[in-house]
Amino acid sequence: MSVELPADADAVQTPEEIEAVLGDLVIGRDDHENAPGFIIKPDTVVDALDRLREQAGFDHLSCVTAQEYADRYESIYHLTSYGDRTKEVSIIVPTDKENPVSQSANEVFRTADWHEREAYDLVGIEYDEHPDLRRILLPETWQGHPLGQSYDQDRPQVVPLREHANPLKEDQQADEDDETMFLNIGPHHPATHGVLHIETVLDGEQVVDLEPDIGYLHRCEEQVCQNSTYRYQIMPYPDRWDYISAGLLNEWAYARTAEQLADIEVPEYAQVIRTMGAELCRMAAHFLALGTFALDIYGDFTALFMYSIRDREKVQNILEELTGQRLMFNYFRLGGVVWDLPEPREEFFEMTRDFLDELPTALEEYHDMMTSNEILQMRTVDTGVLPADVAKSYGATGPVARASGIDYDVRRDDPYGYYENLDWDVITEDGCDNFSRLLVRMREVEESAKIVEQCIDLLEDWPEDERNIQSNVPRTIKPDDDAEIYKAVEGAKGELGIYMRADGTEKPARFKIRSPCFSNLQTLPEMSNGEYVPDAIASLGSLDIVLGEVDR
Amino acid sequence: MSSDNQPFVTDSSKVGTETREARLAGQDNRFNSRLREAFGSSPFILTKFDKFMNWVRGSSMFMLQFGIACCSIEMMHTYAVKHDLDRFGAGVPRASPRQADVIIIPGTIVSKFAPRMKRVYDQMPEPKFVIGMGSCTISGGPFQEGYNVVKGAEEVIPVDIHVPGCPPRPEALVYGVAKLQERVANGESSPVTVKPYELEEFGDLERDEIVEQLADDIDVDDLVMRYNWGDSP
Ligand code: SF4
Repeated sequence: MSVELPADADAVQTPEEIEAVLGDLVIGRDDHENAPGFIIKPDTVVDALDRLREQAGFDHLSCVTAQEYADRYESIYHLTSYGDRTKEVSIIVPTDKENPVSQSANEVFRTADWHEREAYDLVGIEYDEHPDLRRILLPETWQGHPLGQSYDQDRPQVVPLREHANPLKEDQQADEDDETMFLNIGPHHPATHGVLHIETVLDGEQVVDLEPDIGYLHRCEEQVCQNSTYRYQIMPYPDRWDYISAGLLNEWAYARTAEQLADIEVPEYAQVIRTMGAELCRMAAHFLALGTFALDIYGDFTALFMYSIRDREKVQNILEELTGQRLMFNYFRLGGVVWDLPEPREEFFEMTRDFLDELPTALEEYHDMMTSNEILQMRTVDTGVLPADVAKSYGATGPVARASGIDYDVRRDDPYGYYENLDWDVITEDGCDNFSRLLVRMREVEESAKIVEQCIDLLEDWPEDERNIQSNVPRTIKPDDDAEIYKAVEGAKGELGIYMRADGTEKPARFKIRSPCFSNLQTLPEMSNGEYVPDAIASLGSLDIVLGEVDR
Repeated sequence: MSSDNQPFVTDSSKVGTETREARLAGQDNRFNSRLREAFGSSPFILTKFDKFMNWVRGSSMFMLQFGIACCSIEMMHTYAVKHDLDRFGAGVPRASPRQADVIIIPGTIVSKFAPRMKRVYDQMPEPKFVIGMGSCTISGGPFQEGYNVVKGAEEVIPVDIHVPGCPPRPEALVYGVAKLQERVANGESSPVTVKPYELEEFGDLERDEIVEQLADDIDVDDLVMRYNWGDSP
């Protein structure tokens, strides 16, 4: 190789430089729409990822996609950098059809643990040296791998209820003379924010070991999207991934990916509307996070929970005016949005402005009752600590990462929509604890309000004849055969990415969702081991997961 | 569906369980009070007492705090300010199934969760009532095609009221609850059929190919549920 490598790892940028870092590991090239792609052998995964992290600054394993072709299996590691989101590379690891074994990346990036378990569960690739290769989303006794090509959906299955063994009945002690106790939390439990099951081993009141068990809401979103057409059928589904009013943010993830894949322009006016809608969604989602956090911490079902629902109702009213729905908006279309602002426009603007005007008072109330509340401070400051390097290794993003001092926000670092032209800040906190995560969310609500306000100003003065809400998009969209893309947006919980592979038809051949909650939830054991049970619950609340998005 | 090309499908008539039989027998005994059992026939006083009890039940319903998927967000809004289900005497969400009369099923049920949901339902004391919220609990809704999705709550537990929508608006849920209260107060209930997804001990399953395959992994007295995507409507 004649390429001169820069001394600083972060300066490695071009595909040639990346190739030089990988050196003789590269056995081929298969570029994606968003990033260069290098093919490597299945037994050099650790080596390759380690080199990329150490020498080229790729410290964020965003996603692992697995898929089956007619002649091979393939795992794709989508790498990027916390310092520079536009720097991306895909590492493609083909494995052979008969014996699909590939080396696990767990040693380099801890986040690979769950991602590879999912790949094993749904597609059937086995990972060598993986610490714990079990099914993750489907029941353990499931037969077959549903996203593999030979899966027969009509086959019956038998699902056991084993984990539900009553812990008190047999006093499930870990060992004869051990003092620990095994405790099931969930899947039906008010503090798990849905249907999450946590297996905990306790020593007195302290958590010795804790393991989230997910998959109780695995609704086959990827399969459903693979069976739907790009143009209209996929768009309603993203609303149901992160269903805490974050619908537009999720729709944007799909819109952004598909628009880039199929080369579709979006009119500027539509981008402003999108930005405004998305930030309203973020506010609604964060309000619920605040309310339920208070509920988890001091069982406050009366004041704070109701306050946050009150504010959500206001946002939902605005969004209903805009989109026609309270929760499942289905408002974006490829190339724009489905309809213009509601008429009379002045009324809509006034309604939104009223909400924004009242927001500072409302936030003050929240601060009075939460952040300056002594009980809450005692419960949250310095509990559930997640250091920045651990967070990075688990691929944490969104408010969880920003509360650990990681200055990372896809809206700013890999701009889309109208964010670039607006004036707002990325919020970070250095506390790394439950309190910081709460604080980040509260301050992000303010930033979102700033963005919405600027969008309203822009929309009010937009020239009447340029109010173009959708570009010309063909009725059927058929991206080129074998085009692959991975793109992400900043969802309410963090980096929400989508990988799509086209096969020349009007439906994607592979549709993979990178859910921020999935990666964020993986940090829970790190935060809770050694802490008290109530602190583990507080940490879970501060992660603000949505099971619909974790399990997809 | 013909059973010739589907060797694994168990004939649903062979999967009988107590709940199913009780419901299928046509007589819904959820309203029978102990007193009535003791006296045998129904003298005037006890009939009046039953009526009174039904009115009491309908006027004060304890809901189970039970969230599954997207519909549970709208369910929370139904409980909270603005819609305030409490106005109708049905707004006390209980965290434990042992204290609840009504379970609202707000979301998609998947194979892994179905047996747990059945367990929660079984833990509720009689008489108990079920409200299915959203399309998912009717048919699997938008996810009906999913390989892992149970096509409706009625496959697992009997449902008294279905509230359609995706998600239903809070007003719709309030209406559904009000309807249920009306029915309970009148002592009516719907004839319900529970289809074959019941919990059984593994050893009691009919031995077919899939059971043979799993014989090493599952103990005979483990509780299991059959999940059969292809054979449900
Ligand atoms: S009916 Fe719709 S909103 Fe309700 S759980 Fe199902 S998908 Fe979600």
